[in-house]
Amino acid sequence: MGTAPDNGDMNVMTASLRLTVNGEGKEFSGPLSVAGLVERLGLDMRKVAVELNREIVPRSTYGQVGLAAGDVLEIVHFIGGG
Amino acid sequence: MDGFLAKDDAWHVAGRAFGSRLVVGTGKYKDLPTTAAAIEASGAEMVTVAVRRVNLSDPKAPMLQDYVSPARYTYLPNTAGCFTADDAVRTLRLAREAGGWNLVKLEVLGPAPTLYPDMPATFEAAAALIKDGFEVMVYCSDDPIAAKRLEEMGCVAIMPLGAPIGSGLGVQNPLMIQMIIENAKVPVLVDAGVGTATDAAFAMELGCDAVLVNSAIAHAGDPVLMARAMRAGVEAGRLAFRAGRMPRRTQANPSSPTTGLIR
Repeated sequence: MGTAPDNGDMNVMTASLRLTVNGEGKEFSGPLSVAGLVERLGLDMRKVAVELNREIVPRSTYGQVGLAAGDVLEIVHFIGGG
Repeated sequence: MDGFLAKDDAWHVAGRAFGSRLVVGTGKYKDLPTTAAAIEASGAEMVTVAVRRVNLSDPKAPMLQDYVSPARYTYLPNTAGCFTADDAVRTLRLAREAGGWNLVKLEVLGPAPTLYPDMPATFEAAAALIKDGFEVMVYCSDDPIAAKRLEEMGCVAIMPLGAPIGSGLGVQNPLMIQMIIENAKVPVLVDAGVGTATDAAFAMELGCDAVLVNSAIAHAGDPVLMARAMRAGVEAGRLAFRAGRMPRRTQANPSSPTTGLIR
């Protein structure tokens, strides 16, 4: 798990970020927080839950948790089930 | 009549009261509008849901929540598809974050064709979930000893199967279900196996606190009509249980007086 991105660092600003999201390798331009990722994926933050490297990310912290290259994420929601 | 209505005869689990004794699953429907209509017709207040990866290629696809509001229905997230205690805990931690509540349905199944509850794995997962602060309603075999042990561990409801999941065969072992009910201090729900309204009524007549139904509604010719039938079946069975049935006799006994006949 990364720390909050330092917006003053130009290297971080332009870094390419390779993440695994729901089992798929994906490339993003960094820096990126969990909130930023959810938004870029076009998802509604209120309807999903996020696990980062097998740890739950509390929704209240999405904006503060920065992502690092190689991070593995699971993003889930509720579907029909018995 | 006092206590006639379902709302006057609530059952309680984990400190919450429910007037409806029918819990419905949200799976296997042809589409989300049918899911919503059937659940509405069932009168259920609690619905089971599954937790799955979002579809990243179609992020704007309609979601269950848009049709079955978590503000209106108590979501009971399940562990369907989990085959280990670790998977179950991980899945329900995500569900807790997504939904913000602790009440969950634990089910750890063995392989097809039985999909029978894997009880050693169920015990292990129940222990891990309870330790992690979850309130666990547990799907289990119709084994009174196992049911009692799950209760003693701290499970908040015991949910033995009536028959294999999706079989629609009704309660196959009423004797054991009744023994579980008689020995339990927490709610007992028949989960799995209900095929039609009489099965639900029969389960309730045994003294269950509630019945959980999914396939029998979702796979009915008209799911909305069957949802209404299940509601009626559950209510009829509950009222009959509370009323107390007449003794069974092996000989006929006339319903009209045998005195005062004209001569």
